[in-house]
Amino acid sequence: MTTAAPWFGETRRRPRHRLRRFVVEAASAALGAVIAIWSLIPVYKMFLVALDPIGHSEFAGEVWPPHPTVAAFVALWTEEADDVEHIWRQFGNSLYIGVPVMALTVLVASLASFAIGRMRLGKDWTLSSAALLTYVIPPSALIVPFFRVMHVYGLLDSPWAVVAAEVTFATPYAILVLQHYAKLIPIELDDAARIDGASAVQVYLFIYVPLMAPALAAVGTYALLFAWNDYFYQYMLLLSEKHTTVAVALEQFFDDDDAPWNYMMAIAVVYSLPPIAIFYALRRYMASGLAAGGIKG
Amino acid sequence: MSSLEQALVTGSAPVERPPRRHPRLHGSDFIWSIAFVLPYAGVFAAFVIYPMGYALWMGSDPALYRELLSDPRYLRSAVNTVLFLGIAVNVQMFLAFLLSGFFARRRRWIKVLLIIYLLPWTLPAVPAFLSFHWMLVANERGLINRLLSVLFGIDGPIWFSHGWLALAWNIVADVWKWMPLWTLIFLGGRMAISQDLYDAAAVDGASLYRRFAHITVPLLANLYCISTLISTIWTAGDYTPILFVSGGTSAFASDVLSTLGFHYALDFANPPLGVAASLSVVPLLIPVVILLMRRLQVSEVQL
Repeated sequence: MTTAAPWFGETRRRPRHRLRRFVVEAASAALGAVIAIWSLIPVYKMFLVALDPIGHSEFAGEVWPPHPTVAAFVALWTEEADDVEHIWRQFGNSLYIGVPVMALTVLVASLASFAIGRMRLGKDWTLSSAALLTYVIPPSALIVPFFRVMHVYGLLDSPWAVVAAEVTFATPYAILVLQHYAKLIPIELDDAARIDGASAVQVYLFIYVPLMAPALAAVGTYALLFAWNDYFYQYMLLLSEKHTTVAVALEQFFDDDDAPWNYMMAIAVVYSLPPIAIFYALRRYMASGLAAGGIKG
Repeated sequence: MSSLEQALVTGSAPVERPPRRHPRLHGSDFIWSIAFVLPYAGVFAAFVIYPMGYALWMGSDPALYRELLSDPRYLRSAVNTVLFLGIAVNVQMFLAFLLSGFFARRRRWIKVLLIIYLLPWTLPAVPAFLSFHWMLVANERGLINRLLSVLFGIDGPIWFSHGWLALAWNIVADVWKWMPLWTLIFLGGRMAISQDLYDAAAVDGASLYRRFAHITVPLLANLYCISTLISTIWTAGDYTPILFVSGGTSAFASDVLSTLGFHYALDFANPPLGVAASLSVVPLLIPVVILLMRRLQVSEVQL
């Protein structure tokens, strides 16, 4: 192999280099523009409808609302219109499900991954492979059985039924991510602490949890997004109106042909804010937390 | 004399013993490790084994499957499911892999762009897909058709009156929503690759393409494989794009098996048939889950 090749004639080729760099920069700027438009068009559409006074801009073929107004957001805030009179209770219900799903997924998955990966309970992958069996039957096939099972448990129409279902489907992936990430932390740390007399609980609390923080943040965000994305479990397992969540309320707008779409899209915008806030608060951890352990070398 | 004292006396015994990969847990440690797994074991028994058993019991009657096979809507949904899974998963993984290279460039504006690009993933599914629906519905006046006619002078079709077009938009929406997650994961993978490898290859005169083909691709291959399998599993169980983007075209022409299951169970009030329709994806998922388990064990050996 000739190691000299790239150094050879470096100065002579400079004009070509400059041209190539310009082409690369121009191409990446164009790609960047395409990515921005691709990502933002549906978001733009949300605002387009939400800012419309009567919320029918999608029928008028407008690309920009002629009379933009925040009336829909004000109506949400004051709950003055009939269609949004319970909106803050519905937000409360969504949070009441989303936050426990996030906390319980992090807790249950981190405890399990600690016992399997760090305390070496069983061979590393036998137990987490068992967790993956959850994915053999898709969640869509389990909705009707869940209805039945929650009835047996006496949890029907309780937010905790939804929490249980969502934790069930979020945890296997969480365990997988945590186990991958845990490989970055030398097991000798645990051993040294044990020799110094730390108990298993102390190793979990003072070594595992702090060092796993990026992965725990990533897993928690994933669980919150999972709860926020879900619709059918909330629809099926919560029967009474006082437990209705925002996702279900949005679907009811969708079913109603005369619904004021500007309210619906204003709700959609506000509903999108909590996961976005959490994600951007924790974004430094996300990429490394989700993938870092998956690379060898 | 305890074994420790014995070792101290004889001196060399503990050093010579090969390190045991899985030392047997004993006493309080064993109890603690069981206690740590117990919450998940409880979740698994109560909310995985019981509902799964119930689902299998509900869908165990062969007559249900004869009924399904004689229904043209079921056959169409089965074809749609295969297309939806095959196209949506592979397109989003492949593009995410390429785009992760773009986002790995160290430029300030690319960091800002990444924040915008991740927005679809953080948006809740229901409002995001409803927004897609409103861009396409309302015939010639939806935002997409309006843009088509303003920019290119084309009259866009009525998207949701045609099953294949509706399916195509469901796929586009699914890719839009989930591609950012996989890009982020591949970006994390790329960042974990040591820069020394690239520097060494550059010194040896490897071109940009060869550095990509001989460093990035082999090192990310396992991550790509695992991600594809997980994405297949998630997409097979996801109903939101179909339910909210095309929102049910005539005769369920754009439905997949998971949403057809809902229609059977709720609209036609035949829960066992609905469960059977959703369960018919399982033969497809079993090999995927087995492959995933094997892949994870392989990566355990390699790491």
